Amino acid sequence: MPEREGTIAVAMSGGVDSSVVAGMLHRQGRQVIGLTMQLWNQRRLPELAVEGPTGRCCSIDDVYDARHVAQHLGIPYYVVNFEQRFEEQVVKPFIDEYLAGRTPIPCTLCNNFIKFDQFLEMAEGAGADRIATGHYARIDWNPDSGRWEMRRSVDRSKDQTYFLCGLTQAQLARTMFPLGGFEKSAVRELARELGIPTAEKRDSQEICFVPNGDYAAFIDSYFREQGISPDDTRGELVTTDGRVAGEHAGVHHFTVGQRRGIGVAAMEPLYVIATEPATRRVIIGRGDALLRSRMRVHGVNWISIAPPAEPIRAEVKIRNKHAAAASSILPSGDPAGVEVVFDEPQRAITPGQGAVFYSGDLVLGGGWIA
Amino acid sequence: MNRSYFDHNATTPVSSEVLEAMLPALTEMYGNASSIHYFGQAARKTLDHARKQVAAMLGISASGAKAADEIVFTSGGTESDNLAIFGVALPGIARGGHAITTTIEHPAVLAACAQLTSVMQVRVDANGSVDPDAIRRALTPDTKIISVMHANNETGVIQPITEIAKIAREAGIAMHSDGVQAAGKIPVNVRELGVDLYSISGHKFYAPKGIGGLFVRKGVKLAAMMHGGHHERDRRAGTENVSSAVALGRAAQWIIEEGPAEWARQQALRDRLEESIVDRVPGAHINGAGAPRTPNTSNIRFDGIDAEPLVIALDLKGFAVSSGSACSSGAAEPSHVLIAMGLTREQARASVRFSLGRSNTLEQVDALIDAVVECVAHVRKMAPAYA
Repeated sequence: MPEREGTIAVAMSGGVDSSVVAGMLHRQGRQVIGLTMQLWNQRRLPELAVEGPTGRCCSIDDVYDARHVAQHLGIPYYVVNFEQRFEEQVVKPFIDEYLAGRTPIPCTLCNNFIKFDQFLEMAEGAGADRIATGHYARIDWNPDSGRWEMRRSVDRSKDQTYFLCGLTQAQLARTMFPLGGFEKSAVRELARELGIPTAEKRDSQEICFVPNGDYAAFIDSYFREQGISPDDTRGELVTTDGRVAGEHAGVHHFTVGQRRGIGVAAMEPLYVIATEPATRRVIIGRGDALLRSRMRVHGVNWISIAPPAEPIRAEVKIRNKHAAAASSILPSGDPAGVEVVFDEPQRAITPGQGAVFYSGDLVLGGGWIA
Repeated sequence: MNRSYFDHNATTPVSSEVLEAMLPALTEMYGNASSIHYFGQAARKTLDHARKQVAAMLGISASGAKAADEIVFTSGGTESDNLAIFGVALPGIARGGHAITTTIEHPAVLAACAQLTSVMQVRVDANGSVDPDAIRRALTPDTKIISVMHANNETGVIQPITEIAKIAREAGIAMHSDGVQAAGKIPVNVRELGVDLYSISGHKFYAPKGIGGLFVRKGVKLAAMMHGGHHERDRRAGTENVSSAVALGRAAQWIIEEGPAEWARQQALRDRLEESIVDRVPGAHINGAGAPRTPNTSNIRFDGIDAEPLVIALDLKGFAVSSGSACSSGAAEPSHVLIAMGLTREQARASVRFSLGRSNTLEQVDALIDAVVECVAHVRKMAPAYA
C-alpha cells in the first residue's frame, strides 16, 4: 500500500463532520493543519438573505466555528480564498447547465474542480502531503488490481459517494475520508468526546451557496445582479401533444419529473417531461411519459475498476436519493461514454444529473446523464 | 520551532523601553488628567510631555509653548483618518463636501471618504505613485479635503506629499496625509510637508495598539467626532489614555534618537532580501521598485504562483509574511493597491509583502531567503496559479 503518512490538511467547513476528522487525526498524533475554503460571499445577492441558522457554509459564523475548533485542538489553521474560482467553476456552470435544459449538481462540480483539484493542489503547495475531508465514503487500496477503490460509507443514510464519482486515482491516492467507517451517531459521540465546540451543530443539507434550497430564486437574483432581464428567460409551457398551456419565467425554474409549481390546471397530475432551452419551451405531460429504460452517460470516470471492454452488470443511481437500479452498462469504445440499460424503466431520468455505477458497496465509476 | 516575524507593517511588538515607560503611568500616574488634584496634575504632566515627544517626531519644534497642542491623541490610525476627513469635510454641509483621495489608500481613508457627498479617487502609475498634477485636475469648487497617504502599507512607496500639499494650499483646501506607514520608518516633518492634518498609529512603531495621533495644524478648523467632555482641546472627548500616550511619546523619542541608524540597518537587510530573491528565484519582481520606498518594506511578485499557499507554507516553517488584505472571513483578497498599479488579479494574487523591523537579524533574513526559494519552487510544482 502506498505511503499514507506526512502532513494532512483537513478541509474544515465549521461543521461537525470535518471538525471530528481534524480532531481524530490530531489525536492519532498526525501532523494536521486546518484549512477553510471561502467559496462564496454570503453578502452578495442580499435579497436572498435569510434570518437565523441557514445550514449554509461559508458564512462568517461557519468560519468562526472552524477557527474555534482549530484553536481548541491546537492545530495551525488558515482560511483560503476560493471565491473567484468557485464562481467560475461551480456557480456559472451550475447556471449554464440550467439554461441548457439540464439539472446540474454543483456539489459534484465543486468536488471535481475545487476540493479535490485546486484545493488539493493548494494544500500540497502549503506543505501538506494529503488532504482529509468529512465526506462519508471509504477509500481502500486494492493490491490485486493496483487501484484505489471507493466504497459506500458504513452509514448508508449519510453515504456521499454519489457526489464523489469524479475522483481520479491520482486524487484518491492523496485523499482520506476518515468518517467512511462510522455511523453518524458515533461521529457525534466522538465530537463530544473530543470536546469539539460544534458537536451539537445541525447538519447542513442544502447546496451551500443557495439559501433554503431555492436555486431558481438564486439564479433569478444572480441574473438581476448581472443585468439580465426576466424577458430574456420567459417561455411557453407546452403539453406533450403540442398544445401551449401557459407561460413560465424561465427553464431554470423546472427540472424533469417536477410536479409542483407548474401552474397549469388539469384533470390529472402534470409533470415536467423535458425542458427545451433553444426554444425556451418546457414540455409537460402525464407521469407515465417520464419512464425511460435507457440513457447515455458521458464524462465517465472509472474508479474501482478499469474501463470495461465488455458489457457489465451494475446498480445505477440517477440522483442522490434514488435507490440504485439493476442495469447493464454497455461500453461504446470510448471509455468516457457508455449506454445504460435498466432492467425496469426508471422515472425522471434527468439530463445533467450524475449517473453512478455500483456493485454492492463498491463504486465502479460514474458520469453525467446526457 | 524558531519563528521570525516579517510583518511589521501589520503591527510591531511593544519595545522594552516603551513598556518600561508606560508601566508607571498605569500603576503610579494613574490620575485622570482632567482632575485638579496632585494625581491629576501628575497625569497631565506626563501626557503633556508625551505630546511634545510626538510633536518632535513630526518635526514640530518643542520650543513653541503651544506647538504641541497641534497633536490630538486618538485610538489609532483609523480614528485619526476618520477624524481628519469628517472633522474637516462634514461641518456645515448636510452630507459633507467633495474629497480627493487616491486608489491606493488604506480602507480607513477610502471608507471614510465614501461617506461624503462625492469623492474622486485619483489613480496611480505603475510604480504606485500619485501624480500631483492629477490631484490638481481633480479639484472642484466643492472640494473640502485632499487625503493622500505618505507611504503605502503594501508597497512602501512614498508619495510626493510636499507637491500635493502645495496644490492644496494654493487652492485653499485642507490637506490630510495618512502617515501611519511613514511615521517611524522615514523622517517626517509636517512643516516641510506642508500638510494640515497628519495621521499616525502607535503600534506601527513599537507602541501598543489602541493609541494614535492626529496632527492638526494651528488654524485648521476641526469638528469633533466624539462628543463629551472638553478633552484634547474639544477635538476628541474621552478620558485621556495617559499610559498609552506615554508609550507613544516614548516610541517617538526612540525614533528621534535611533531611527536613522535603524532604518539604514533595515534597508541593508531589505535590499539583501530583494537582491537574493530576484537572483535566486526565476520570475520574481519587486512591485513599486521604481519609486522611493520605506526602507523596511518589500512587495515581491512571483510569476505563476498563488501567494496563499506560499504564505501558509512559510508560516508553517516559522516565517510570518503577508499577502493582500484580509476579508471578513480572514481569507486573503487580491490587493486593491497592486490592482490600482495595473497588476492583473493573478499578478496581485502572486504577490507577497515582507516588512522588516527591529527584531530582524541578518541570520533571519538569510533563513527567510532560503525558505522563500524552497517554498516558491514547491508551490510552483504542486499548486500552479489557476488560469
